[in-house]
Amino acid sequence: MKSLIAFLKKEIMEQIRSGKIMILGILFVMFGIMNPAIAKLTPWIMEIFAESLEGSGIIVTEVTVTALDSWMQFYKNIPMALIVFILLQSSIFTKEYGSDTLILSLTKGLERFKVVLSKTAVLIVLWTACYWLCFGITYVYNAYFWDNSIAENIGFSAFCWWLFGVWVISLAVLFSTVANANTGVLLGTGSVVLASYLVGLLPKINKYMPTFLTDGNSLIYGIAEPKTYTAAIMITAVSGLICFAVSIPVFNKKQL
Amino acid sequence: MEMLRIHGLYKRFGEKQVLNGLNLSVPEHSVFGFIGQNGAGKTTTMKTILGLLKADAGEITVSGEKAVYGQTSTNRYIGYLPDVPSFYPFMTAREYLRFCGEISGMNKTENEARCKELLELVGLGDETHRIKGFSRGMKQRLGIAQALLNRPKLLICDEPTSALDPVGRKEILDILSAVREQTTVLFSTHILSDVERICTDIAFLNQGVIEMQGKLSEIKTKYRREEYRLETEKTSDFSLLKQAFPMIKTVGANTLIFRESDCSVFDVLRFVSERRITLLKLEREEPTLESLFMEVTGK
Repeated sequence: MKSLIAFLKKEIMEQIRSGKIMILGILFVMFGIMNPAIAKLTPWIMEIFAESLEGSGIIVTEVTVTALDSWMQFYKNIPMALIVFILLQSSIFTKEYGSDTLILSLTKGLERFKVVLSKTAVLIVLWTACYWLCFGITYVYNAYFWDNSIAENIGFSAFCWWLFGVWVISLAVLFSTVANANTGVLLGTGSVVLASYLVGLLPKINKYMPTFLTDGNSLIYGIAEPKTYTAAIMITAVSGLICFAVSIPVFNKKQL
Repeated sequence: MEMLRIHGLYKRFGEKQVLNGLNLSVPEHSVFGFIGQNGAGKTTTMKTILGLLKADAGEITVSGEKAVYGQTSTNRYIGYLPDVPSFYPFMTAREYLRFCGEISGMNKTENEARCKELLELVGLGDETHRIKGFSRGMKQRLGIAQALLNRPKLLICDEPTSALDPVGRKEILDILSAVREQTTVLFSTHILSDVERICTDIAFLNQGVIEMQGKLSEIKTKYRREEYRLETEKTSDFSLLKQAFPMIKTVGANTLIFRESDCSVFDVLRFVSERRITLLKLEREEPTLESLFMEVTGK
């Protein structure tokens, strides 16, 4: 237990001293502010472009913005935030392979699963904190400018997207234990997510894929029922857990 | 008692057979010099002992316990210093040592005391900068400190002195011979003067097998030969000697080497005196590690 805490402390210290926490903090706060800001500015932008749009036959009438537009922005922007998060953290394992820093810790008797466990924990906690910070900021602004009650299933849809993020992290952890360089991590994680997306294009299988959870817009508009997400949630949670579980024996046998 | 025993170790990297049935036995409380050329397989052997590489065949026991690939419990007996130790650059030396103590399960007060003691020992007691600004010598000293932290029974150092200046080298060698009382030291090197300075036992590694091993003093006695080195002033005299004693070997300009078994030193001296040859030097050769090393590597 002592060694696990020590390694966790080291991970946190690294995140702080390398400036990664600050970058992520700024990024997610910025996204949180941007969602309502873009929604708020939409009528004004439309007005500016009204004339040129009129020229092309589109007539802009008065645009009314609600909290829904801001939430729509949230689901449009959060994939970008997740991508940056993964890009930034993709080297969390591979950097240690490249620099041999793990060798000294492991030859001191640190059990290998503790390395996987602490890094995974740090990633999930960071993602959770950043994600809900972004969500919270958007929520507060929306409540201030408009009225959040217009949107349905706000909490549930946000939970779905958060879970999707955790699933992507589980893939990144698994590929980090397999690959030796962060390009391998990004490639592996990216391909699985892409595959899930492509398979999800088939209507019948759609609702079983983890990428189905990213469709927050249908939930907030009330088009989709939360219970249609049950299967995807289960599959995402189970496959995520499997990824975490598999990464431990893989890492145990990894040549460093 | 044997601290480390390796039996029939094989390891191949692709086409290259690096270890070829290596047998090694390191007695307790020895300073064991593991000597070999670059690429002879020293680092591979060490990494296999630590469970960082998977051997193709063979058995390794540390303090009587079998070492396995991957998660090996024998690492609790071992302190390891890699050839180029890398630390977390965002930490200070003290933070790093404290971290090492924590992951090896030391209690807090013991850890603090040990960190302080070791930082003093390696001369980093007053260092407050982060490791990223450290020189190579400083990193090597920190490397020794971390390897000694949990009082290992076996200290494995991979070429600890290769990259250092003479002062740095002396410091490291002094530390290594000082810790002999508490631990067994296995260190690989190709710097033979370092071996002569501190080692009690040696092994020569060549092409994946141990060509020779044992106590340094015994090996030296065993390989002591009646060998003489002779240097003449004039090249003409040099040629005369060569003609008279065909068994004599030429090793340099006007320098010859001969064995007592091939031609008696007194015969040579008589010849020298009869022909009035001016000598610059005549000395009896002690076997050096270098000559032994050259012999085993076939150079």
